[in-house]
Amino acid sequence: MRLEARSPVGLIDVLRAGALAALAVLAVAALLVAAAGAPVGRTFGLLLGGAFGSVFALSETLTRAIPLMLTGLAATVAFKARLFNIGAEGQLYAGAIAAVAVGGGAVHGPAPLLFAAMVLASVLAGGVLLLGPALMKLWWHVDEVVSTLLLNFIVLLAVGALLDGPMKDAGALGWPQSVALPADLELSKLVAQTRLHTGLLWSVGAAVALWLLLRFTTLGFDIRALGANARAAVYAGVPVTRTMVCVALLSGGLAGLAGVIEVAGRTSYVTLDLSPGYGYTGIVIAMLAGLHPLAVVGASVLVAGVLVGADSMSRSVGVPSYLADVVVASAMLAVLSASMLTRYRLRFDRPVSQASAQAPS
Amino acid sequence: MQGITKRFGGLLANDAVSLDLHAGEVLALLGENGAGKSTLMSILFGHYLADAGHVEVFGQELPAGDTRAALAAGVGMVHQHFTLADNLTVLDNVMLGTEPLGALVTRRAEALRRLHDVAQRCGLQVDAQARVAQLSVGERQRVEILKALYRGARILILDEPTAVLTPQESRSLFATVRQLVEQGLAVIFISHKLDEVMAVSERVLVLRSGRVVAEARTADTHPAELARWMVGQSVAGVQRLAAAVRREPETPAGVPRLQVRRLFARGARVHLRDVSLTLAEGEIFGIAGVSGNGQGLLAQVLAGVAPREAGDLLLDGQPLAASARGVVAQGVARVPEDRQAVGLIGDLPIWENLGAEALHTPTLSRWGWVRRQAAKAYAQSVLEAFDVRGATPLRRTRLLSGGNLQKLVLGRVLQRADGQAPRLIVAHQPTWGLDVGAVDFVHGRLRAARDAGAAVLLISDDLDEIEALADRIAVMFHGNLGPARPAPLWSREALGLAMAGVDEACAHAA
Repeated sequence: MRLEARSPVGLIDVLRAGALAALAVLAVAALLVAAAGAPVGRTFGLLLGGAFGSVFALSETLTRAIPLMLTGLAATVAFKARLFNIGAEGQLYAGAIAAVAVGGGAVHGPAPLLFAAMVLASVLAGGVLLLGPALMKLWWHVDEVVSTLLLNFIVLLAVGALLDGPMKDAGALGWPQSVALPADLELSKLVAQTRLHTGLLWSVGAAVALWLLLRFTTLGFDIRALGANARAAVYAGVPVTRTMVCVALLSGGLAGLAGVIEVAGRTSYVTLDLSPGYGYTGIVIAMLAGLHPLAVVGASVLVAGVLVGADSMSRSVGVPSYLADVVVASAMLAVLSASMLTRYRLRFDRPVSQASAQAPS
Repeated sequence: MQGITKRFGGLLANDAVSLDLHAGEVLALLGENGAGKSTLMSILFGHYLADAGHVEVFGQELPAGDTRAALAAGVGMVHQHFTLADNLTVLDNVMLGTEPLGALVTRRAEALRRLHDVAQRCGLQVDAQARVAQLSVGERQRVEILKALYRGARILILDEPTAVLTPQESRSLFATVRQLVEQGLAVIFISHKLDEVMAVSERVLVLRSGRVVAEARTADTHPAELARWMVGQSVAGVQRLAAAVRREPETPAGVPRLQVRRLFARGARVHLRDVSLTLAEGEIFGIAGVSGNGQGLLAQVLAGVAPREAGDLLLDGQPLAASARGVVAQGVARVPEDRQAVGLIGDLPIWENLGAEALHTPTLSRWGWVRRQAAKAYAQSVLEAFDVRGATPLRRTRLLSGGNLQKLVLGRVLQRADGQAPRLIVAHQPTWGLDVGAVDFVHGRLRAARDAGAAVLLISDDLDEIEALADRIAVMFHGNLGPARPAPLWSREALGLAMAGVDEACAHAA
């Protein structure tokens, strides 16, 4: 069995591969639902309805999509430059803790100014957190996958210590949680009677801004050039250190922004279950979106829909909501396989050549 | 191979080509770029599926499009662009793919012994423990040949093998080839150098526009006839091939353009030691040498991508910048050795590659925003001026052929976006792996730039190229640059000896 390049790849091939990928995901999910003893069609219906079937369902899905969009964008910009930032989870928490540090009553001032300072602090917190691994990669060739991944645990433990120590809310009945943001620093609701907040505009705005940056600016060119062929980029004069610093600040900053948006838009205080792995899911979303900032918007709504729909489905038919994780994971595998299979085709060799391949001399 | 036909879209790459190869003979495959040599060999080796025709090896039909079956049947190929893993040793590279996948232990000792055996038998000496990244281009080629032989190749395809070798190395390669055929191997020797074809082959097959236009016993033909077959009946083509025009020798009376004084630099393998040279405007200064003797490092230092330890570099009396952007701004045109890995970014569109060196300047951007219309218009003008056929600015760069890629690299630096004429051109192996037509084009452009007043530093392993272009020549060996002399004062033998590091005084004494 081996791969062979297909010469021209047409639009039809791409669409066909996408449809096949979707079918494969549905088949895997159907098998699992059937194994759990639930009716497949009804379960899928419930999942879809729970995700997009009502104003409430849709608002929940979009609310969940907001942090996913931002962490997805964080992964997108970093991966474009081949800086494999696996640390968005930690950067999100750093942004969240910076938000309550600035906005939680320690600093006083007019609300708009304070809000701006809070957002800036969060973005910087996330960005600076990634700067270390990025510079260590540049100067000493430290693998950023390892350093950013391990930093997640350090940040999470540090946040835990802060929430149980200096930043603990005295009025929280002993729970490890921070003080809440004052109401005038919180994001307003986008739709009344739902949890959907104006963070959606922030995240969609960030996607558009990142798309503009990557496509139309010299920094965007530098980022894409470094990611596509670092040696040639250096030869052409792309400033590596400056570009990498920008990428780290952008990627970490977007993850930090996810932290402040979650706190200001949804929870208003920080706890250790602020994020159920948004940082890691963001990587999946970036891959699903093919590292395209605008596609990240769609991909995160889709993933959020699966997660939210599965929650509501599991309450009705008793299929564990872990199904959502399987669907998201298999979707990523299916999309990656599909994109490979549009460029290559699988060929199966006859056993004759295998037998003769045993004796190379 | 019988009746091989292959189309790429509208292009007929091979048109009913048939080819016989006998054990113990060298068949030369001659033809210009795009003549279909590489396509034909790729079909033999199983990279491409032929639209029609079939391949038989030792009487057995070879399954189409099956590289592994081709390998198993004893077909080995040495590509122009090497397929070695840089960070592995020679031995690892040779063993790669020969060990069973599930094996827990590799039989390195035995493999090493076999490798030594093969190397001894064929006179190809390489340090088996050296990492490929540390080898010169010439040494890498030897590893490629060894790799094929180690796998038991009975048919060896050599694609433009001498492009990277010194005359002495070429001669030893020919000796190797002779040794191989005496042992019953069959060799297909792809080349566009007529004297090599005459020297090494028994038979020659000439391809033009995908068709076999002539087949002859080498002994029954002569270079002029081969040249005529290769380029067709066009008079211009024959004249072009007849001889490269050498300018009248001219003393470098021009104003010094580039001055390098006592340059020291550290490289991964070779260091530059006390290199000095003066380059006048309007001259081509050729640096000959076997690759890996520090020429690459010198080119990188001048290109602003390698640091220097000591020494002065002056361009028109001004200190030369130490960054890529800095030297480009000073008017240095840089043509890197490896256009695919270093010169261009294959996944980006052509217009971004052409604009890459100038995107940050006011010509192509404002306030950090790329002026896309201006950049695309510039790209279009380069594509037209350098005759890159079938390309549009939006096309992905990777899809172009080697000759066209080199045209992009040249176009970017010779016809700059800001309209400035290049003051210094540093061209490192500018024609490596190109066909006759493209070589001719590149040489023409370099001469034209020289005639327009640019100083050209030509670094090449290819003595034909150095001799055809350079007004003065110096030889680099182990990081030292020998004395520069006008080109006519160098004999081929003297160049070869200097490239091998033999001091001339010693040579005379001997």
